[in-house]
Amino acid sequence: MTSLPVSTEKRLGLAIDLDTCVGCQACVTACKGWNDQGYGVPLSDQNPYGAEPSGVFLNRVHSYAVQPIDGAAQTINFPRSCLHCEDAPCVTVCPTGASYKRSEDGIVLVNEDACIGCGLCAWACPYGAREMDAAAGVMKKCTLCVDRIYNENLPEEDREPACVRGCPTGARHFGDFADPDSKVSRLSAARGGYALMPDLGTKPVNRYLPPRKKDVRQDASILAPLLDIKASGFAGWLDRVLGKI
Amino acid sequence: MHPAPSVIVFSVLSGAGFGLLFYFGFGFAHPSGLMAFLWWGLGYSLAVIGLLASTFHLGNPKRAWRAFTQWRTSWLSREAWASVAALVLLAPMALSDWLDLGLPRPFGWLGGALALLTVFTTSMIYTQIKAVPRWHHWLTPVMFLSFALAGGAVLAGQSFAAVFLAALVVMLLAIWQVGDGQFARRAQTLGTATGLDRIGDVTVFEQAHTAGNYLLREMIFVVGRKHAQKLRAIALALAAVIPAGLLAISGEVWAFALAAICHLIGALAARWLFFAEAEHVVGLFYGKR
Ligand code: SF4
Ligand code: SF4
Ligand code: SF4
Repeated sequence: MTSLPVSTEKRLGLAIDLDTCVGCQACVTACKGWNDQGYGVPLSDQNPYGAEPSGVFLNRVHSYAVQPIDGAAQTINFPRSCLHCEDAPCVTVCPTGASYKRSEDGIVLVNEDACIGCGLCAWACPYGAREMDAAAGVMKKCTLCVDRIYNENLPEEDREPACVRGCPTGARHFGDFADPDSKVSRLSAARGGYALMPDLGTKPVNRYLPPRKKDVRQDASILAPLLDIKASGFAGWLDRVLGKI
Repeated sequence: MHPAPSVIVFSVLSGAGFGLLFYFGFGFAHPSGLMAFLWWGLGYSLAVIGLLASTFHLGNPKRAWRAFTQWRTSWLSREAWASVAALVLLAPMALSDWLDLGLPRPFGWLGGALALLTVFTTSMIYTQIKAVPRWHHWLTPVMFLSFALAGGAVLAGQSFAAVFLAALVVMLLAIWQVGDGQFARRAQTLGTATGLDRIGDVTVFEQAHTAGNYLLREMIFVVGRKHAQKLRAIALALAAVIPAGLLAISGEVWAFALAAICHLIGALAARWLFFAEAEHVVGLFYGKR
């Protein structure tokens, strides 16, 4: 049913740290690898080795150059995947009931058996989090790795999303934002985590942690005092004598 | 947004078809005999061909019946219901006109109203999308309804059709004028979309992927806007000005036929622009619009 739940018991989502993300695309690869053989149809590629390859990814990492008013420009890498919005417009527009938001944990999913591939949900998502699978004609999106996080066949430490597990710098954190004491809630509170485009009223669950303040560049070299050597003793005498010649 | 031919053809033909059925339902025209069969048939064909065309852009057309299930929240689902209800409820009226059964006209009122409601539900599919600022405006339903009423009036051979076509001129100029400023009024930029404006000026350093993808093809359609101004002039002339002029000169059948063809071609151009000129906010992440 494409009516949204009034509230969800948990609000599972990701906290993405823009300070530590190095833009290595490991989460993109981990996500594609897991979801290619997990929930629903594989994430197909078209013409993968040809001149114009194309394919479905549930997570994409952008790189931006940001120039502050003063100070040096920064490169900020920006992963973009579904934010599991509380007021998800992608769900209510769906004519078939294929798109839905789970009342137990707030995960937004597509029931691929019911999806007609009309693409309306992808139009409704302001964040570009949905991509149509050109081979199967159904909509694909981040599942928050629903087939990992509750999967008792996996070792305990692997029961988190593939992108979180695969990130070499620990820039992606998974947890319950409804619990103020969870790791992600505390992290978001401490670092001033923010939601994307809040004025569109989608109420995203995921939070982005802004890059930390950078040091101010010092024009004087910190080695300068060490270079200003005052010789003393014998060396000092020699210095004075030689200076006079 | 990508101007998919199937969706453009669908919305123009079914809009005109339901517009025509609206006039029949309310008895603005009541043909009889063979004339009724052909004329009502035209209305039904346009509406049905349009609906069929809309299934061509589906990834899984064989499951299209499921689109009837979510009428509580989804405008697309409501459109499915309204269109079928209109077509079914108008059938007795059409039969009565054709076979001269003498059914009282009020039988057609409900179906006629549903025909117009169908056009409204179609327009709401676009109007509801906040992520496309150009569409998210009350002028969008006004535009769809104006096209249906003007196109329907021409097809129904109504004497007031020229007036409706003239109104269409005003409506088109208004929606283009307002639409052009809609994205800017939202004040969304790459900086606000990523939230990085809190640090400084944001530009794209490197794209997230070197090849194309669904988002770039479907939502970030930038190629067609080059000739937008010329196409607007063509759409305005063909959809409204020329047919209005034709009907001002003559009230003969040939004038109506020519005006109808001319209007439909212009409407297709206008609908193409409705998609091609619409910008989705996701383009911001790519530094494109
Ligand atoms: S990010 Fe997009 S796809 Fe995900 S819940 Fe929000 S609107 Fe839906
Ligand atoms: S593409 Fe599938 S999931 Fe998306 S709105 Fe259409 S039917 Fe629903
Ligand atoms: S949570 Fe899973 S599906 Fe979602 S982006 Fe991460 S790896 Fe991909």
